[in-house]
Amino acid sequence: MRAQLASVATRFVNATSRRLGRGQGTVAGGRVGLRVDPELLEHLSTGRQVVLVTGTNGKTTTTRLVTVGLGASGDAVASNETGSNMPEGHVAALAGTVAPRAVLEVDEVYLPRVLTATAAAAVVLLNLSRDQLDRTNEVRMVAGRWRAALAAAPRTHVVANADDPLVVWGAGAARDVRWVGAGLRWQRDAVGCPSCEGRIEFGEGGWACTSCAFARPVPVATLAVAPDGSATGVWSDGTVRPLALRLPGRFNLANALMAAVACEACGVEPDDALSVMATVEEVAGRFTVREFGDVRARLMLAKNPAGWEELLDLVAQGHVPLVVSINARVADGGDPSWLWDVPYERLADRTVVATGDRVRDLSVRLHYAGVAHTTEEDPVRAVARAADHAAGAVDVIGNYTAFHDLLEHSA
Amino acid sequence: MKGALRVAVVYPDLLGTYGDGGNGAILARRAQWRGFEAELVQAVSDDPLPEADIYCLGGGEDGPQVRAARSLVDDGTLARRAGAGAVVLAVCAGFQIVGRSFPGAEGEPHEGVGLLAMETVKGEGPRAVGEVLVDVTGLHDLPVLTGFENHGGRTRLDDGTTPLGHVTVGVGNGGGDGSEGALHGRVVGTYLHGPVLARNPALADVLLSWALGGASLAPLDDAAAERLRDERVSAVSRRHRRGLHRRTGSDR
Ligand SMILES: [Zn+2]
Repeated sequence: MRAQLASVATRFVNATSRRLGRGQGTVAGGRVGLRVDPELLEHLSTGRQVVLVTGTNGKTTTTRLVTVGLGASGDAVASNETGSNMPEGHVAALAGTVAPRAVLEVDEVYLPRVLTATAAAAVVLLNLSRDQLDRTNEVRMVAGRWRAALAAAPRTHVVANADDPLVVWGAGAARDVRWVGAGLRWQRDAVGCPSCEGRIEFGEGGWACTSCAFARPVPVATLAVAPDGSATGVWSDGTVRPLALRLPGRFNLANALMAAVACEACGVEPDDALSVMATVEEVAGRFTVREFGDVRARLMLAKNPAGWEELLDLVAQGHVPLVVSINARVADGGDPSWLWDVPYERLADRTVVATGDRVRDLSVRLHYAGVAHTTEEDPVRAVARAADHAAGAVDVIGNYTAFHDLLEHSA
Repeated sequence: MKGALRVAVVYPDLLGTYGDGGNGAILARRAQWRGFEAELVQAVSDDPLPEADIYCLGGGEDGPQVRAARSLVDDGTLARRAGAGAVVLAVCAGFQIVGRSFPGAEGEPHEGVGLLAMETVKGEGPRAVGEVLVDVTGLHDLPVLTGFENHGGRTRLDDGTTPLGHVTVGVGNGGGDGSEGALHGRVVGTYLHGPVLARNPALADVLLSWALGGASLAPLDDAAAERLRDERVSAVSRRHRRGLHRRTGSDR
């Protein structure tokens, strides 16, 4: 009864705040619902197959891929696609629907709590690395909390990246883990062994601690990318499945492989799941070509050094002008020192326009990286300025709030 | 000096969490831009610490900080080179490491390298996180320093240890005297990230000039850094004044 009331309250607040144009409504609605019934997420999860997706980078995209993948079963699939990845967002996503399956993006720190509340059928662990320096981001501590929570959830299938030692530590005490060889471009947060005081060494095809037995587990599926860019997922039973995506980049192939294994763990044929994932063109505005007046801009999000490593691989292949927009608002973290962990030197041959609230920090970084650039305080004008150098097409990379600002100002 | 200037980033695998690796890169670039030969070395913790003219230590998490200190004490090179006049810039966890002792994750004391006469203990309150402005008193003719601090430790300088300066905004050493950082010979310690030399090129040039045997350094194009400094100083002072007003208002 209380749960029903709370659920109605959530839906009502969501609808009202959407009508008033107060953001996405979900957080406010969920908060009210949780106040009426603190166990609302437990109640809303009962009788559903819930999949949780977490990690530092790729959560939103992978959540979307698992959602469409599970949809191949013909079932309706609920998801928190509007961006709030904390319990109030989860409640809001589930309150309005009777969908028998749900895929929830979860903030790394909230995973233990949400896992307990939802009794999830599966959890996807993508990666763990530094993000938002001013929040004392001790990634090791987060991995330790995942480990304890998953050890206490023996009925949950865990799908985890075998190439990230911190993720392997986090998943390592779970009863059922499907390891995925998804790759790890940024390794600098994983050099200290989480199991002992030793050191992780990365080498051809794997990693291992130099002082204890902690090492890369054997995956059930591994990402293989050919020199021509075509990719497959190689399952340990010998099955090879092509990974054809409209989403660009190696990291999205890895996300898709993790998503396919998650779908398999939930009883959906990976071939069926992958064929629907192949049709996804954008995720919450990421990777879409947006229009700013008559300029066409491909919008991308990179909010930390690990995300930048991956995106630099992607944009380094192109030659259109690049706009980089950096903010340091609350959702970004107030300290943009991480810009010095990004190898911007690789942009030396590109036309670059720097913008965002923290354009001056970025400009100093680019100066020392030897990247000639112009600065423009206003992000939308920066896009126009970049387009002056090209036939109306540019790449744009922003960190979290910078990306969302630009998304809002485009069509 | 003979041969290239060697700038070592000390243990980027352990003390590389907060972007302070930029300090070493900046020093090498500023030397090169002036026609000096300079070499940037990433000195990982597995290897013996190499001989260098400048050593840069950065911030890191509790566990790695303890391991870094143990390695540096056992290795001995840093203390020996500092004694021989090498320049040391130590930031945050690195600053704590070059003191006599610093706290681990549970507050237990660990032995530091002892280049600066000071001790760090675990702070009582919340971590000091935010923008900092420092009036420099320990070095001549340096403009105000701007940076970002993020630490739980409180550092007490021994009587007679020279602070780098005193904070006008932010916490700094946190010992109650308003001091920030410490200095001894050519060893400079500070809590400022940013990285500190990106925001404060004048400090970078003091360190370079020491390492180059007092050479006078040709001016560089620091327009971008000047714009950043202006913005940080004015944004932070503005916020600080507003905060003070609010406090006065509620007192009444
Ligand atoms: Zn180990």
